[in-house]
Amino acid sequence: MVRLETMSEAERVITQRMAQICPSFETWPCVNGPPLSQRRVAIITTAGLHTRNDRPFQLVQDDYYRVIPGDVRANDLVMSHLSAGMDRTGYQRDWNVVFPLDRLRELVKEGIIGSVADFHYSYNSSRAKEDSTDPIREVAGFLKKDKVDAVLLFPS
Amino acid sequence: MGVLGHFIEEEGLPTAGISLIRMHTEIIRPPRALWVPFELGRPLGPPDNAAFQRRVLLALLRMFEAPDGPRLEDFPEDEPETDAITVLACPVDFSQTTVEDEETDQLKVAFRREIAAMRPWYDVAVARRQRTTVGVSGIGLEGLGDFIYAFIGGTEPDNPRDDIPLAYTLKFAVEDLQSYYIEGVTAQPGQEGAPSKVLTDWFWGETVASKVLLALKKVCEASKDEVMSQMGAHFLVPMEVVRRQESGTDSHQDG
Repeated sequence: MVRLETMSEAERVITQRMAQICPSFETWPCVNGPPLSQRRVAIITTAGLHTRNDRPFQLVQDDYYRVIPGDVRANDLVMSHLSAGMDRTGYQRDWNVVFPLDRLRELVKEGIIGSVADFHYSYNSSRAKEDSTDPIREVAGFLKKDKVDAVLLFPS
Repeated sequence: MGVLGHFIEEEGLPTAGISLIRMHTEIIRPPRALWVPFELGRPLGPPDNAAFQRRVLLALLRMFEAPDGPRLEDFPEDEPETDAITVLACPVDFSQTTVEDEETDQLKVAFRREIAAMRPWYDVAVARRQRTTVGVSGIGLEGLGDFIYAFIGGTEPDNPRDDIPLAYTLKFAVEDLQSYYIEGVTAQPGQEGAPSKVLTDWFWGETVASKVLLALKKVCEASKDEVMSQMGAHFLVPMEVVRRQESGTDSHQDG
């Protein structure tokens, strides 16, 4: 469980240290949209996912995100997140743990959401920082072209 | 993650995100965040539990119906307990071979035997799940162990990839190796639902592979190649495992 009281001392220290460098903002944009049943939903993950034939993530300049096609299958997706400590055991058994595309497809069939986007996006979390807003805004532009009006963000 | 939400919302798109560390989300204040009390690495909760994942997803989606933000809500359920399995019981144990008390080649033999012993269960896992997460490195299963072990033997192998440096190929080979073991061991009888801590304790406490990777870390740290050295220092072995090694406590004692 990710509760401070259940973390090891080392994990708690790191979490508190990271809190000191979390950015805060002076404005809080909040955009509304149509009812859920009409929304087009896309996923953004920071788990370092990409398709099997795509380039693995590296800690190099200008390597920010990968595009995941909406018709991707579970066996098409791999993870090149660089963290050694991140727990991958859930993802190794079920991709929906980090990339719940099967669940979203079920919700479309039930009419709870309108549709699933043609493309989803993946970052290696170490690059998804406030010092690289251009690639984030770039992805927002592609999401708009895809007519997405509900973006789900899944951390790792 | 909350930072992404802030900037995407600034561009005019509604966002809602999972928060794994509430303290950080309270500072960033993204437009809509659902804090979940799950382990890092599994924002939707437990694997192979579609009903639970659906409840998390619906709770997140329903945040879009709120008229204003920023909003931070708590998901009301903990992950279901999987208390039936507290340790893994693998009938084949090659882990008594160590770098310290055996010839290095014997470690290599034990490593190869352990990899081979896991293969039938890995094959079961792939057939059952119709997928595998092995394959990031691009090195086939047959060559994976020898590729990794070559570094320990002092022979830096050729990089089989031309799109990433050798240090990255090695990193992803190490991840492929761990995926191979975890996918295989969770296909064995009665171990499908093993919690992540049990699995990682088993891998890093009881396998020959973990001894090889700990030795590999030292070799890489000593490399004159800066990328390789950094890879060895930070990205091959979890910090928690290193800490346990340095303090002389294994994963089980550290409970």
